[in-house]
Amino acid sequence: MIDLQLMALLLIPLFGGGMLAVFGSRSWAAELNSLMSGLTFLASVALTMRVIDSGPQVVFGEQFFIDQFNVFLVALTAFVAFTTSLFSRPYMRIEQHHGKLSTGMLHLYYSMYQMFTFTMLVALTTNNMGIIWVAMEAATLTTVLLVSLYRTPSSLEAAWKYFILCGVGIALALFGTILLYFAAERVLGEGGTALLWTHLNQVKGELEPTVLKLAFIFLLVGYGTKIGLVPLHSWLPDAHAEGPTPVSAVLSGLLLNVALCAVMRSKVLVDGSLKTHFAGNLMMGFGLLSVVVAALFLSRQKDIKRMFAYSSIEHMGLITFAFGMGGPVANFAGMLHMTMHSLTKSAIFFAVGHAAQKAGTQQMERIRGLLQVSPTVGWGLALGTFAILGMPPFGVFASEFLIITTAMHEYPWTTPILLAALGIAFAAIFGKIQPIVFGETTAKPLPHPPALIPVFVHLLLVLILGLYMPPYLANWYRQAAALLG
Amino acid sequence: MTIPLSLQFINLLAALLLLIAFAMLAQRRILSLINLFAWQGAVLALSTFVVAYTTSQHHLYYSAALTLLLKVMVLPWLLHRLIHRLNVRWDVETLLNIPTTMLAGLALVIFAFNLAAPISQLAQGITRGLIGIALASVMLSLLMMLTRRKAVSQVVAFLSLENGLFFAATSATQGMPLVVELGIALDVLVATFIFGIFFFQIRETFESLDITHMEKLKDD
Amino acid sequence: MMNNSEFILAIVFQLTQLLLVVLAAPLLTGWVNQCQAWLQNRSGAGMLQPYRVLHKLFHKDAVIAHNASWLFRITPYIVFGCMWLAAAIIPIIAVDLPFSGVADVIALVGVFALARMFIALAAMDIGTSFGTLGARREMLVSFLAEPALLMVLFTASMISHSTQLPRIVEALAHHQFALYPSLAFAALAFVIVLLAENARIPVDNPSTHLELTMIHEAMILEYSARHLALIEWASSLKLFAYISIGIALFLPHGIAEVGNWAGLPLAIVLLLLKLLAAGAGLAVLEVVTAKMRIFRAPEFLGTAFLLAVLGLLIHFLLGT
Repeated sequence: MIDLQLMALLLIPLFGGGMLAVFGSRSWAAELNSLMSGLTFLASVALTMRVIDSGPQVVFGEQFFIDQFNVFLVALTAFVAFTTSLFSRPYMRIEQHHGKLSTGMLHLYYSMYQMFTFTMLVALTTNNMGIIWVAMEAATLTTVLLVSLYRTPSSLEAAWKYFILCGVGIALALFGTILLYFAAERVLGEGGTALLWTHLNQVKGELEPTVLKLAFIFLLVGYGTKIGLVPLHSWLPDAHAEGPTPVSAVLSGLLLNVALCAVMRSKVLVDGSLKTHFAGNLMMGFGLLSVVVAALFLSRQKDIKRMFAYSSIEHMGLITFAFGMGGPVANFAGMLHMTMHSLTKSAIFFAVGHAAQKAGTQQMERIRGLLQVSPTVGWGLALGTFAILGMPPFGVFASEFLIITTAMHEYPWTTPILLAALGIAFAAIFGKIQPIVFGETTAKPLPHPPALIPVFVHLLLVLILGLYMPPYLANWYRQAAALLG
Repeated sequence: MTIPLSLQFINLLAALLLLIAFAMLAQRRILSLINLFAWQGAVLALSTFVVAYTTSQHHLYYSAALTLLLKVMVLPWLLHRLIHRLNVRWDVETLLNIPTTMLAGLALVIFAFNLAAPISQLAQGITRGLIGIALASVMLSLLMMLTRRKAVSQVVAFLSLENGLFFAATSATQGMPLVVELGIALDVLVATFIFGIFFFQIRETFESLDITHMEKLKDD
Repeated sequence: MMNNSEFILAIVFQLTQLLLVVLAAPLLTGWVNQCQAWLQNRSGAGMLQPYRVLHKLFHKDAVIAHNASWLFRITPYIVFGCMWLAAAIIPIIAVDLPFSGVADVIALVGVFALARMFIALAAMDIGTSFGTLGARREMLVSFLAEPALLMVLFTASMISHSTQLPRIVEALAHHQFALYPSLAFAALAFVIVLLAENARIPVDNPSTHLELTMIHEAMILEYSARHLALIEWASSLKLFAYISIGIALFLPHGIAEVGNWAGLPLAIVLLLLKLLAAGAGLAVLEVVTAKMRIFRAPEFLGTAFLLAVLGLLIHFLLGT
């Protein structure tokens, strides 16, 4: 049964990518894109239900592996991909209307959107550490042309930076994978099984610690480039700022998570082999550095998408830090924060996209008084900002609170640093968003209110999860957290 | 300490790989750079073939053939076509301080060998020391990416980085599973195509393939 | 310990080699020049031309500048002596020579350096601008070439666990056949050093007196007659010594052991073939390359150093 659901989950976006590669320039391509993403989401729901009922399983000759941890990311990915496709339908049409995009570019966008979903889902569900790498690289390849979709000099520069930096980063991850295989080969013998995560997990105690240590450094640096950890982050703000807004939303909300998932898979193996907190310490270090540096950079931003890109670095740093601390509570908090961040950040990008589209610029100084122009966009952005800044009663508050209390308990010295960074980030973002939303403007109100249902759906979910966590969900997260050790 | 001749041969090829990596680091002309890249691919294919022969693992023959096809024929051909169409055949990289680059490269090699030394001690038989050389050539390609200012040479550096990794995968660990190798090869091929598209877009927009033009996006 | 008869035999070998090198060195230079002439479609002056030149120079009267000091006068003798000594201690036809135990490879490099220092001092002694210029350039080239040469020798020493040339040759020649990646690198580096140290193209051109490019010739402009002859002869010896070192390190197979009379003819024939091949190779190399600007020389020699160090590193990593 489960293989059927998994097959549906993977084949629908692949099929959708193929269909859109052919029919991408038809007038109904956007609807087809949403339909395919919707079907993928349904498949992911079915898969999730199965896995929570019957526990982790391997499928298709052990090439795929589903447990509570990755199915949580699968569900999140499919959901955000679906809502983003809904958002992009009107958004991209308006862009085309403004003459910023041609039909050919939209064609490329739709087919690559589905392929991108496919590669992320493969990276999440595969059991083979080598295939994770292949899928991550493929995810870069599918998005790189999307970042340069507008063909402006700055978007080309951003895409080139993204391509080169992530290409180099991911190459280092491949070296880490090779080292992992090198260590595994001595225990599991040559052949296909030596890269299968489930097999590696069984023998992780026997893997050579010196090799795994080096392998993890390479894997963390490699996939860390994708996560956007400081100092490997410099591609991230550019790519987010210069690409089309739906692409920024999925990059920020999803791709970063997928890369982190790959790191966590490696961390479990390394912990088992080394029996020390080496991997955790490394992740905590990178995470803390990312939080601090991103917070300091936030106040210097002028471009609104760029600023929220830095906020993504900050939050990914926080999640990496939480996973680095390890233990059931910190892992639980990390996963919760992952969920909250994905939902909130994509909602913010949707709102920002509309705001920037209406203002005709991404420069924050020139976007003013959103509430007067369009109350929906204004409130969407305001609420999203409140949520991402960790204001109660939104869910981000709950997860950040959990992370910080755990840190206070386990590593007290990190608490003041984290609090200070979060405070700086709060001041920076709030100070910049406040005039944008509430300021005075001379622009005329829009005749029609924009469709921003995805924004409010996301924010509503974040709000509900902040107020009340259903026991079913809490139980699921707890199981997943336990898997991460 | 008698080492079988095949292993000596692989060691020699490994050393050659490193030498080519250095030659690429010092090469100013783009055309010669691409030819060196093809040579590197040939060495890689040969060493994969020797490993396949000595360990009699049949799937390594496929990867050797794949390497020969992709790295020696298709990619260099694509790159030659590209630089011909872009009319940058005779471009020369200026602003390249070769002695300093070389010394930095040497330091990187020492660093890589040091890093790989504990692993070399572990490896049995055929693989001894090869990880160190693979790592060193990866690092040299990284250095090359840092020092280059032309888009084409950066891409060649990127591809030669991939060569170093492939050497680690085939010779040092005696072959990753074929699925993975095929996936990697596909990714590299697609990446080269996308790079090609990029070259045209970049030249159309900036009227040059010098990426020094592309340093506008900064946090001020 | 050797017994008496072996010792006498070794002395005989040593004396044979001493005579052989000093007589054969100009012939090698002649051979290289002749090969070049053939490659350039000239008929050439014949292989014996260097002897004729030496003969002519020895019969001339020496002219020495008024302000020349004793240093200027004795330099040709010192240089000649150094080169003769160097050529004598390299195992050329037999491994175990009594002299070669005295000096190892590092001392050998020291002997070359001593000669170079004297010739540079003598060049500056007269006080002409050319001499100073030549000395300065020579020092630039040699200070880059010498570390590379040492690295090459170290690589060979590492493989054979000795800095004694005879031990190195013995280890390399009598082991079973093995591919040494480290030695391949060292050999490349050595070729570059050889070209630079012997004032060959592409670093220097021995057959011109163009002020912009000359290095070695600029230093010996003030010498004439027998002094010049000695220096020319020393240059031939130096080339001979370098090629011999190259053969000893990278192609030692077939060398005879002391007392092995039966092996001696074969060893001599092999040696002759190797020398002829090396000389021809050198000529080809010089014909196909162009002289590089003096400012490029550091880059060229830097490559040699790099290759030599790489060879050493690879030896460490691969153990071969």
